[in-house]
Amino acid sequence: MARNSPPADADIAALKARATRLRRHMLTMARGQGAGYIGQGLGIADALTALYFHELRYDPHNLGWRDRDRFLLSTGHYSIALWAALAEAGILPVEELATYGADNSRLEMSTLDTTPGVEMIGGSLGHGLGQAVGQALGLRLDHSESRVFVELSDGEMQEGSTWEAAMSGSHFRLDGLVALIDCNGIQADGPVVLDMEPVADKWRAFGWETLEIDGNDMEAVVGALAAARNRNGRPKAIVLRTLPGKGVTRIESSEKSHFFRVDVSQWDSIIAEFEQSVGEGA
Amino acid sequence: MSTPMESVRTLAMGENEAAAGGRATVDAPFGRAMVTLGRSRPEIVGLTADLGKYTDILPFRDAFPDRFFNVGMAEQNLVAVAAGLARTGKVPFATTYGVFATRRAFDFVAIALAHSNLNVKLIAGLPGLTTGYGGTHQAIEDLALMRMIPGLVVIDPCDATEIEAATLAIADHDGPVYMRQLRGAVPVVLEPGYTFAIGKARKLRGGADIGIISTGLMTERAIDTAAMLERRGISVGVLHVPTIKPFDADAVAEFASSVGRIVTAENHVIVGGLASLVVETLFDAGIQRKVTRIGLPDRYIECGAVPTLQTKYGLTAEKMTATIAALA
Repeated sequence: MARNSPPADADIAALKARATRLRRHMLTMARGQGAGYIGQGLGIADALTALYFHELRYDPHNLGWRDRDRFLLSTGHYSIALWAALAEAGILPVEELATYGADNSRLEMSTLDTTPGVEMIGGSLGHGLGQAVGQALGLRLDHSESRVFVELSDGEMQEGSTWEAAMSGSHFRLDGLVALIDCNGIQADGPVVLDMEPVADKWRAFGWETLEIDGNDMEAVVGALAAARNRNGRPKAIVLRTLPGKGVTRIESSEKSHFFRVDVSQWDSIIAEFEQSVGEGA
Repeated sequence: MSTPMESVRTLAMGENEAAAGGRATVDAPFGRAMVTLGRSRPEIVGLTADLGKYTDILPFRDAFPDRFFNVGMAEQNLVAVAAGLARTGKVPFATTYGVFATRRAFDFVAIALAHSNLNVKLIAGLPGLTTGYGGTHQAIEDLALMRMIPGLVVIDPCDATEIEAATLAIADHDGPVYMRQLRGAVPVVLEPGYTFAIGKARKLRGGADIGIISTGLMTERAIDTAAMLERRGISVGVLHVPTIKPFDADAVAEFASSVGRIVTAENHVIVGGLASLVVETLFDAGIQRKVTRIGLPDRYIECGAVPTLQTKYGLTAEKMTATIAALA
């Protein structure tokens, strides 16, 4: 099947530059509200960049294209990263990003499925994987080669429904289903409160072909996504070890990184520090 | 410790819930309708959570094995997978018992189905007091839980005719539906020519003294009760309300205005379901009538034989007749 025409970056260097653009959008959005789920967003930025600008097959001008690949963001509060990616992909206007979290904005702090480019309502954790299983089953019934990618988090693995869905994904041999498990080590109450290790072994035990990588290493992410193209009768899990706040030292080291709120002057200095670290003109 | 008054048999799983009462029956009306639908509608798919045998969906599985998915004992995933299938243009009918569809999977019904307005039909076995298996399996509060969910259509059909008609009707409705189900040999209660439409109540019998407003299998008992009371000189009308949501408030108000007193009859607790809806409707419309509520009390029900329990809680036509005669 012919690839459609999403914006695609040619190489790792271009993808890294794109990830920097996503991070810049996110910082601007968070500054506008004074707060946001910026730690998670910065942590997942590399994986979303690899998906939207290298791996996913979609058409930004025809979102309902039946044979598109689907991406489901199960952790709706990571919306800040999705909005940045959708804007870079040409699905949302870049200027709309300034409305993040504001009254009447389409760009909520937690995703609603009424916003263009969103494939499910996020927010109630534990929903994404099961809905991805259903979409993969439906696409297979239609003999479509489209694949379904779903992001979930380490904290979300504590929801029992995640494992109900994991069992069904392997039972139904959904080899076009790819779960990206963002293990950033934090959840609402702080550092992961219920030990989920060994994460990769759990997914293997549930019948998933599993890779574990540094989720902030663009080359590793691109390589893992390539390996997951294998249609061998098994669903794929990619365990992403990510750093919350990745790329912004002060957010990386913050104990408040589940929900980060500082005043405007601090945002300005954080952004200045970020720009300095990525270099002029990046 | 009490001694059993008489030897009773607990009707556990796999029995027919609806008392036949001498009426003709139809086997597995839901399964029959699903096979009919499956032939003409390739987008219809079936799901269950390890209760296919007990929710009459196996005829669909046997006719369309590629379009049937058993997700095991995992009701949250049942609803989530159905939601995902709907996103790809399928029309999933997912079966389990009412208790599991509502109590266990509530967040998934509310968010994955209703909030997204996805085209999924949840079919709920063992409604109300139709099993002797006890409180874990008796869906006595499901209508109240489901009617609170914005955008969800909620249906409690009366008999085999209505189950078949409603199954076809909800397939044509673009949106999420929760429908109670009677399984096995289900009696035919409604007269030939009866038509079902989502959101429409039907007056089955006129009467001036008492008006029974009933839903689900209680309509069968309401009809029998009205006939028995007529022989005692009490004129009783029956309004059948198969759709709990959207509720046919106009029909209820008109019917209530035509009778001296209202009795509600539901296979459900008397809080939050039909009785509550009727009282809300009458109050909104400014209609003053006394309302007597027949249904299950606000407590969990014990194990036991279904006829024994239905008698104890006043749900049989004989008990309803006595209750209403005492009002006159």
